Amino acid sequence: MNALYSLVLVFALVLIALFGVGSAHMAGLFGTLLPYVAVAVFLVGFARKVICWAKSPVPFRIPTTAGQQKSLDFIQHDRFDNPVTPGQTFIRMVLEVCCFRTLFRNTKVELRDGRVTYASSKFLWLFSLLFHYSFLLIVIRHMRLFFEPVPECIAFVEMIDGIMQIGVPRLYMSDLLILAGLGFLLGRRLQDPKLRYISLVTDYFPLLLIIGIALSGIYMRYFAHVDIMAIKKLTMGLVTFSPVIPAGISVVFYIHLFLVCVLLVYFPFSKLMHAGGVFLSPTRNMPNDTRINHHENPWNDPNIKPHSYEAYEDEFREPMIEAGLPVDKKA
Amino acid sequence: MADLPKADELFKSINYTPPSTGWMDTPVDTSPGNWCYPAKAEKLEYLGFPNPREWNPADVDWKLPENWQDIVHEGFKERLDKYRSLKVFMDICVRCGACADKCHFFIGSGDPKNMPVLRAELMRSIYRKDFTMAGKILSTLTGSRVMTEDVLKEWFIYFYQCTECRRCSLYCPYGIDTAEITMMARELLHLCGVNINWILEPVSNCNRTGNHLGIQPHAFKDIVDFMVDDIEEITGKRLNVPLNEKGHEVIFITPSGDVFADPGIYTFMGYLMLFDHIGLDYTLSTYASEGGNFGLFTSADMMKKLNAKMYAEADRLGAKWILGGECGHMWRVINQYMDTMNSELNTLEVPVSPITGTVFESARQTKMVHITEFTADLMKHNKLKLDPSRNDHIRATYHDSCNPARAMGLLDEPRYVIKNVVKNFFEMPEQTIREQTFCCAGGSGLNTDEIMEIRMRGGLPRGNALKAVQEQNDVNMLSCICAIDRATLPPLANYWAPGVDVCGVHELVGNALILDGEKERETDLRFNPLPGKEG
Ligand code: SF4
Ligand code: SF4
Repeated sequence: MNALYSLVLVFALVLIALFGVGSAHMAGLFGTLLPYVAVAVFLVGFARKVICWAKSPVPFRIPTTAGQQKSLDFIQHDRFDNPVTPGQTFIRMVLEVCCFRTLFRNTKVELRDGRVTYASSKFLWLFSLLFHYSFLLIVIRHMRLFFEPVPECIAFVEMIDGIMQIGVPRLYMSDLLILAGLGFLLGRRLQDPKLRYISLVTDYFPLLLIIGIALSGIYMRYFAHVDIMAIKKLTMGLVTFSPVIPAGISVVFYIHLFLVCVLLVYFPFSKLMHAGGVFLSPTRNMPNDTRINHHENPWNDPNIKPHSYEAYEDEFREPMIEAGLPVDKKA
Repeated sequence: MADLPKADELFKSINYTPPSTGWMDTPVDTSPGNWCYPAKAEKLEYLGFPNPREWNPADVDWKLPENWQDIVHEGFKERLDKYRSLKVFMDICVRCGACADKCHFFIGSGDPKNMPVLRAELMRSIYRKDFTMAGKILSTLTGSRVMTEDVLKEWFIYFYQCTECRRCSLYCPYGIDTAEITMMARELLHLCGVNINWILEPVSNCNRTGNHLGIQPHAFKDIVDFMVDDIEEITGKRLNVPLNEKGHEVIFITPSGDVFADPGIYTFMGYLMLFDHIGLDYTLSTYASEGGNFGLFTSADMMKKLNAKMYAEADRLGAKWILGGECGHMWRVINQYMDTMNSELNTLEVPVSPITGTVFESARQTKMVHITEFTADLMKHNKLKLDPSRNDHIRATYHDSCNPARAMGLLDEPRYVIKNVVKNFFEMPEQTIREQTFCCAGGSGLNTDEIMEIRMRGGLPRGNALKAVQEQNDVNMLSCICAIDRATLPPLANYWAPGVDVCGVHELVGNALILDGEKERETDLRFNPLPGKEG
């Protein structure tokens, strides 16, 4: 049901762009104003969210330790799973952010022959990695639309991406891989009853939205063969703040662009903020060193005192003396 | 407890297919057996907690304060401002489900609300409604809902079916720690007077008498004397155990479960024998006679209040540093919170082993050393006279207690100690030990009998792993470093792997230690005949 709602929502967005540009001739709105608004909302929203998180303190160090602590010399310390220095913590984070290391650990539980079994399950890791890296490649590739001349590194990424040299225009691997990644993520959500149970509209919607973006992009490139020079004129106009709407741009492009704008606007208000949040996660980004170094809790309340020894002795003095226990005050 | 199903029946009843109704539309079951008994009014009054009253979770009316919704809302807001963890964890879950089948309560029950992600969603749905723009406008679409009494009841049921073991956190790509969320939810429940007696009574005892069980100082001394008697009977040596004495180098603090209950007492005897063997200059305290800190399951303030006793007492007695016994969440508190909360009370020195001269750099700030670190160091330096053959009747495995494992990383020290005193040691399956260890299902204050079925369900993964080494390697002893484990694992083992006993690591040490001038031992610390000494 939630998946269906999301699908309808994405279709509605496509229709909005289709009619907006095709029938209502609002290319100016869709081609220039909306992208500006979207980018602004994205940047401000993203920054606001991160600042909002950062405003709350991290009073206590609560890293999840995934390996041996640093202790005695003859006991091998697991530096990246239980870091104690900022350097070790940094590497833990890099492995997490760049390699999705935690997902690599994933296991799957099954009940078999009267036993609970645990099997390694790396598909989620593999396909999320595929999805995220393809997305990154695609974003980098698109940067050529915003630079004149196109910087070498972007051209290089493009070259690598199309290295298979299949077809005209050349097939980008990332186009296939992102669809594979997204397809898996969506399929998994629909097929696994546990996941279907926890999935909200806000889980399907971004997936379907990005699938929509990918498909419209692929359609433009391989099937509709849109006028890329005209599009570049538009995007260059945007980045130089002298927007123009060149003639002859296919409406598919506006659909593509509109979906991207929606994604940008949606991003800071949704779970997609995990992109920023992963860096701030207190169980991952802190060294496990509270026994070694002092840390401050900004709201530590010095007025909280233990039930005092004096009060304790006052209550139990007699039996203590009788039992021969030392006391501070004799009777 | 009479209606606890047989182990194989319970196993067969597990079904991982969620119900056909959505989770927001599936009503919470508040029938008896699903909850722990509520806290007694007098305990709340003594501790100054809100809304003390007699109530029953099976009733419709929970006698909440009039403005309970405002109380929860304000409390929620306050905690979002105080803890970045809460704020970030409320926002960034992508519901990937990687954590879903990692919780022992889900594995054993199949109840979808025991999936860590859904447990957190119970709280997130309210967060979205109250604190996010999208949630306010588009409620059902974004998975948000209004805080009603039913939601509060659901919180009570499911946040007391989480042992704060943090296993889910290990697998979450963003490190979302459902235990942290559980802690916050419980704090909010406390604000309305919704809490359980099995936590509040220990807290109140601990505050007053120094330990969870309410053992008063003279009774504490009696218990220690009994153990000294037993040790004398076994070894022929009478030990001197200082209590509340000033001017010793070390103060030793262990959970009171070790003093009170079988099989913890054997571990306690092991500590005493070790200290005597190495001539440690130490004292125990009756005022700070509890390592465990149920404040952790109550509120940050209560945790601080109880924890502060350790430093206060070390200071009063003039000790140089603190040695800590085998305890689970005690070490979570010491490792993650103690210095941050109470550094101003800490007048101690950097711990140095008086026997080996080892400086415990890893405890430079808290001044508190874990006994397995201490003993492993002694063993490495050959300072102990040991006869491991006295443990030959024991085929041991080791249960990594959740908190020292996943909140500290204490994994190899206990293994090092065990391997020095036991010849037959076997690890349980890889996915169930070390940082992936499974909870005893009675942690965080849930080791109470009225939820036995829930505990046995949650205990399935641990029990199953234990059964595996029992069948393969004839394992008959499950060792651990947590007093709660020593209380919760025996029924669990009895249910899932009958025939396996439970012990602390220092019980095994005590068995193997050759005390100076001791007589030829005939029995182990449990008065069971030693191999070759039977009959
Ligand atoms: S693993 Fe983390 S992100 Fe994934 S569902 Fe669980 S809590 Fe959410
Ligand atoms: S902390 Fe432990 S008990 Fe709680 S949800 Fe996570 S795995 Fe389950």
